[in-house]
Amino acid sequence: MKREQPQSFNTISVKERLIIPRQVMPEQDPLLRSGNFLEVNLGLSAEQAVIEAQRCIECKSPSCMDGCPVSIKIPDFIQLICNKDFLGAADKIKEDSSLPAVCGRVCPQETQCEEVCVVGKRFEPVAIGRLERFVADYAMLHSNGSPVTPDKPQPSGQKVAIVGSGPAGLAAASDLIKEGHEVTVFEALHEFGGVLVYGIPEFRLPKKILRQEVANLEAMGVKFVKNFIVGRSMTIQELMEEEGYDAMFLGLGAGLPRFMNIPGENLNGVYSANEFLTRSNLMRAYEFPEWDTPLYRAKHAIIVGGGNTAMDAVRTAKRLGAEEASIVYRRSEEEMPARNEEIHHAKEEGVKFMNLVNPIEFIGDEQGSVVAAKCLRMKLGEPDESGRRRPVPMEGSEFTMDIDMVVIAVGNGSNPLISQTTPAIKTNKWGNIIADEDGRTSMEGVFAGGDIVSGGATVILAMGAGRKSAIAINEYLKTKVWSVV
Amino acid sequence: MYKILKAEFIAPNVKSFIIEAPHIAKKRQAGQFIILRVHEKGERIPITIADSSPEEGWINIIVQGLGKTSAHLNTLESGDHLQDLVGPLGLPTHIENWGTLVCISGGVGTAESLPIAAAGKAAGNRVISIIGARHKDLLIAESQMAEVVDEVRISTDDGSAGRHGLVTDVLQDLMDEGVKPDMIVAIGPLPMMAAVSNQTKAIGIPTMVSLNAIMVDGTGMCGACRATVGGKTVFVCVEGPEFDGHQVDFKELGMRQKMYKKQEEESHKCFLEKQMRKIKAEQVAEEV
Ligand SMILES: Cc1cc2nc3c(=O)[nH]c(=O)nc-3n(C[C@H](O)[C@H](O)[C@H](O)COP(=O)(O)OP(=O)(O)OC[C@H]3O[C@@H](n4cnc5c(N)ncnc54)[C@H](O)[C@@H]3O)c2cc1C
Ligand SMILES: Cc1cc2nc3c(=O)[nH]c(=O)nc-3n(C[C@H](O)[C@H](O)[C@H](O)COP(=O)(O)OP(=O)(O)OC[C@H]3O[C@@H](n4cnc5c(N)ncnc54)[C@H](O)[C@@H]3O)c2cc1C
Ligand code: SF4
Ligand code: SF4
Ligand code: FES
Repeated sequence: MKREQPQSFNTISVKERLIIPRQVMPEQDPLLRSGNFLEVNLGLSAEQAVIEAQRCIECKSPSCMDGCPVSIKIPDFIQLICNKDFLGAADKIKEDSSLPAVCGRVCPQETQCEEVCVVGKRFEPVAIGRLERFVADYAMLHSNGSPVTPDKPQPSGQKVAIVGSGPAGLAAASDLIKEGHEVTVFEALHEFGGVLVYGIPEFRLPKKILRQEVANLEAMGVKFVKNFIVGRSMTIQELMEEEGYDAMFLGLGAGLPRFMNIPGENLNGVYSANEFLTRSNLMRAYEFPEWDTPLYRAKHAIIVGGGNTAMDAVRTAKRLGAEEASIVYRRSEEEMPARNEEIHHAKEEGVKFMNLVNPIEFIGDEQGSVVAAKCLRMKLGEPDESGRRRPVPMEGSEFTMDIDMVVIAVGNGSNPLISQTTPAIKTNKWGNIIADEDGRTSMEGVFAGGDIVSGGATVILAMGAGRKSAIAINEYLKTKVWSVV
Repeated sequence: MYKILKAEFIAPNVKSFIIEAPHIAKKRQAGQFIILRVHEKGERIPITIADSSPEEGWINIIVQGLGKTSAHLNTLESGDHLQDLVGPLGLPTHIENWGTLVCISGGVGTAESLPIAAAGKAAGNRVISIIGARHKDLLIAESQMAEVVDEVRISTDDGSAGRHGLVTDVLQDLMDEGVKPDMIVAIGPLPMMAAVSNQTKAIGIPTMVSLNAIMVDGTGMCGACRATVGGKTVFVCVEGPEFDGHQVDFKELGMRQKMYKKQEEESHKCFLEKQMRKIKAEQVAEEV
């Protein structure tokens, strides 16, 4: 989208702006929060948000926008905050992002928009994520829960099915309903939101935000169908031929847990991160027995991995009462893919980090429950294809530690359900659906985006992919011209 | 919400439900299951689809009250609703004309093997059903079974009906009589499936078992349902539920089924206490 030069509402000189300290977001005390599932970050106050907004020096060619995968007009919305026009700021963000309350919370800002913020070169970068979160929350609170529904568009007479209600699917639905299409979202689980409801914990992303987003889309006319697994309940062909869908968007996510293929992985107490987090988040096992789903409550839990998923799992284990909850990661902290804030928060909450360690076997008792982990110490060798230094085992470093729970958080592959039941949709050797820039797959009328195409990535990238496909779907519905992938 | 059209006990603690689910009824094939949640705070449990009517849009499930969720489910009556219901899940049973098919079942496994026996018969097999139970009151679905197969044989642990003994004894009797099974499908409690697999492995009769692993999503996303088959880890919900019984690590699966034993007991106790309080409250209300 073309951007006009924004109006400045900042009356402070650049020099003065640079000496304003980055505003600290209040958060729950670490001791308190490691015993509850309430949100850790409490959000900036309106006063703080305005002060933080004043730190932006309104760059002529704002590099922050290049750092944002969906090019949110960052200086423009920040100027509106300076002017205390918070709803205006929210609308400005909404031009490019459909889930600002989510992305403001979970984007890895330090490697995206904030990494390249000019102020950050000499001082701390403008807290773009926190400002985004602030205006999104403000808008949710002050629009009385009802969305700013633009006038109902002229019905197009076309039907679009969205499969999967993660950020990719929700973003596509939001853009397509505005074009007057009949839009239905099909979701396999009994709640909508994808990883945002079953994976990312309440203490980082409250479920009520997702419920609100879904309610907004419903108010705009999107139909939501839960407990419906495309490929089993109905296939893609059946939806198109029998139910008359003219186009489809597949936002299936990367829902296939990877294991390490080492002995003892099927012992009781050894979980995939997906299972552990699903039981806790979606099924609310942390409220057992008030809620029916059980979950191990460990004394000493280890979580294998170094990404956001591992941090979510380790902090959940801690909250479930573990005396000791440790991250076991085969590289060093520098290589950890998790957001800085999560690592920082985990440390504050008393999580132990065992870096440069890799488990090679889990040992069980007679009941088949895990009681120990055999590990090797690692050192970093030459860089591998990913550019990160490859961990190599140190000879004679084997050691065993007593533990009673393991969560394997070493990444996700692609769920093969759709590709198995719809061979016309081509996948690559990792099982990801092959799609072009706009999400066109090898089957006419079927688009795909998000983790199912890219492999496990980020919320903002999935959302961006959903929006890109929505534009292409629109085009396709108008012209019915299909370019083959 | 999914409406219960009919509910009745068919044996002590075993209830049969007819549930409105037109989409599932239309699609389901023998061997497939659903996952349901009874109420808002409920867990997700897998239950086999025993029967269905695509025309009338219902499915039939048969539930044994074991722990909290199944016990709660079995308190529901016709007109009540289930919170969630998803399916059909799992791969359909692979059916062909093997020749002689022996379906061995115990407990609610008999309801689960009904559609397979019927499909086997329709494919041209001679089908013999062996049904086992501890006591004659615990036998279910034997008359429905008799309607679809060539022959039904029964065994009870205490001799109250049929042969006094185990299903494996009946299988031995059959073979002693000269019957040569070409295929065996065993569905029921794990120890029973393990015993049958053990018996048939020695004599080389292909045997299919239906694994009842603990599940959460049923879509292959979580890995809760993993089992070891032929030395490899499988996800029962998407690669099964049926597997070659000779390849299954029953010991591991048995231990995995007991993963939450302590918590399940706690949850069940809570539920029973709540039920008791409710009954007492109703009694008090009646007296007043
Ligand atoms: C624990 C965890 C923490 C994370 N933390 C962060 C973070 O802090 N920041 C960040 O940016 N990213 C994070 N990510 C990554 C991010 O969540 C994902 O990249 C993003 O959710 C992908 O979105 P998606 O829409 O492609 O798929 P998903 O969010 O995975 O949603 C896919 C949906 O499709 C449904 N579905 C699948 N198959 C079918 C079918 N056949 N029929 C019907 N429905 C189907 C699934 O049930 C699911 O609800 C995290 C991921 C995890 C697992
Ligand atoms: C594919 C599949 C099909 C099934 N079909 C049927 C069916 O048609 N009818 C029926 O009554 N049951 C069926 N089951 C079993 C049913 O899912 C369990 O009985 C149920 O989950 C128990 O839940 P609960 O809370 O009542 O009991 P819990 O309190 O969870 O368990 C009570 C006892 O049962 C054992 N148990 C736990 N989970 C299972 C399990 N998945 N299978 C067997 N034992 C278990 C536990 O070790 C415990 O001792 C099926 C299971 C699978 C995987
Ligand atoms: S969406 Fe993410 S990357 Fe873009 S501006 Fe917001 S926080 Fe930064
Ligand atoms: S780079 Fe930083 S200072 Fe420049 S416009 Fe963006 S947020 Fe403001
Ligand atoms: S139940 Fe989750 S993968 Fe099978």
